[in-house]
Amino acid sequence: MSTATTPASAGKSSRSRRNDIPAPAAKSSRSRRDDIHGWAFSAPFLVFFLAFLVWPMISGAIMSLTGKSLTGANSGFIGLANYTEAFADSDMWRSLGNTLYFTLISTVPLVVIALALAALVNMGLPAQWLWRLSFFSPYLLASTVVSLFFAWMYNPELGLFNDLLAKLGIPPVAWLNDPSVAMWAVVIATVWWTVGFNFLLYLAALQNIPQQHYEAASLDGAGGWRQFFSISLPQLGPTTVMIVILQILASLKVFDQIYQMTEGGPGGATRSIVQYIFEAGFTGYRLGYSAAISYVFFGLILLIALAQVFTTRKRSA
Amino acid sequence: MATTTLAKPALRPKGSPAVAPNRPAKMPLSRILATVVVSVLAVGWLVPFAWATVTALKTETDAASTPISWIPASGFTLEAFAKVLQSGNIPTWTLNSLFTSAAITAITLVISASVAYAISRIDFRGKRMLMGVIVASIIIPPPVLIIPLFQQMQSLDLIDTYWALILPQVIHSPMVFVLKKFFDQIPRELEEAALMDGAGRLRIFTTIVLPLSRPILAAVAIFVFIGAWNNFLWPFIATNESSLLTLPVGLQTIKSAYGIQYAQNMASALLAALPLIVVFLFFQRQIIRGVATTGLAGT
Repeated sequence: MSTATTPASAGKSSRSRRNDIPAPAAKSSRSRRDDIHGWAFSAPFLVFFLAFLVWPMISGAIMSLTGKSLTGANSGFIGLANYTEAFADSDMWRSLGNTLYFTLISTVPLVVIALALAALVNMGLPAQWLWRLSFFSPYLLASTVVSLFFAWMYNPELGLFNDLLAKLGIPPVAWLNDPSVAMWAVVIATVWWTVGFNFLLYLAALQNIPQQHYEAASLDGAGGWRQFFSISLPQLGPTTVMIVILQILASLKVFDQIYQMTEGGPGGATRSIVQYIFEAGFTGYRLGYSAAISYVFFGLILLIALAQVFTTRKRSA
Repeated sequence: MATTTLAKPALRPKGSPAVAPNRPAKMPLSRILATVVVSVLAVGWLVPFAWATVTALKTETDAASTPISWIPASGFTLEAFAKVLQSGNIPTWTLNSLFTSAAITAITLVISASVAYAISRIDFRGKRMLMGVIVASIIIPPPVLIIPLFQQMQSLDLIDTYWALILPQVIHSPMVFVLKKFFDQIPRELEEAALMDGAGRLRIFTTIVLPLSRPILAAVAIFVFIGAWNNFLWPFIATNESSLLTLPVGLQTIKSAYGIQYAQNMASALLAALPLIVVFLFFQRQIIRGVATTGLAGT
């Protein structure tokens, strides 16, 4: 890989950016050696990068223009037919809608609760390790473990949730079987599972705020709440922007816990776009169509990324 | 909310400047209140673990009896754990997860550190373009690749092999960026002296740069390992044969196989959760610092 990309004209001394070596001859040989070394060090990564990232992106794009099936049949070109079908596919739109809905109702609590927890723990509580252990440890679980835990707690007759509701005199809820509740049930499990990650990021950011800010504020008579809203919150601005962006991008990729707890049901009410890609390919045997939907999804991610670049540029300008 | 007297910050690395000395607490009430609120939440956060543990220690009959109870009628028993360990594949799956995650972590570290070193230190043609491409690739979501990757693995006849599990999981572009940023901060003088002495690039990299980068290498390794250990979608697609499954995928098959055996389901889930929880208890500080340093670089 490296030899293919190493320019044969590596001897051109004018390209050398180093000016600490006086003689032009030495300069050119140094630069040529740097070219070889540079690409040699990059080669191992590049091999994997090209084979398992760049090539699948290309072959996926090609596949999306064919009617290819899982059995390998019908691999002829059919132009943009898969894309026109996808844009007219109500199941695709519904899955996309479910994904955006999940992203909205999961991102808000995953950011707000993380910030609140971090702010509380950062008030100088004793036993710091205990809180970090409690809130972060679920993040170390595989999605399957989380799904098993929560499917069990959501069990209509034997689950903890309905038991608690019964004690409060509230009628039982069909957590994972009620189309209007199922997505919220998934979100509750997701918050429990991953909020600890954002919590740690916020905690680290809070502890990086210089103490002098708070000392000056308290000399001026600002109380705890006042200090939080006029010092901590503004200082956390950049962290919050990053956490929100990463959370949105992570939530858009949701698949595991939904597939494991509801299989997208009841009646497709929780099916995400990634599950639709998965099913079109592996249940429907339509690799070409599935690749086309993958690219529609990628387009959505790109749009959001561009929006992010646009907004952060505006901020810094 | 934030008081002026912060206790020692948990994430501050050893040896960094000490915080302002603790003064007598000005608002003890608010801190007591915060402790109470956080304690209640922390207990709530532990309930799923506790309930799973209690269920796993029941007989199947007790687990499925109403009204539900934290103390089973016929006492606690290790029956479910014993059954799962005897009949199930959990030990095999644990080894599979361990092996593939370790391999993914090792390969990722080697290839990412060396490309990051090249970009940080060597003036070679095409470097800026290379860095640009790697950074741009961060935006590609892995689910977009599953269909073409499956096709690729199938045509290479690698489906249902460790290769299929490992190879596509070693590209972590954000980690290249994290490593490059760390290498940028290492003083160049250290290497230039060695260069003058005639040491080769590879030798400088392995004997000077890498040893100085242990903290960041550990952080990246932790991040990659946790991700690989818990990855579900790709291993779920790439393997079918029971003896090759990783823990998360194996658990998914157990769920359908055991059906309503609640105690055994919970015992399996807890056994699957155990390794990383134990690792976390031992390396809490490193893991938390690792997440804090690599977390914002993106997933």
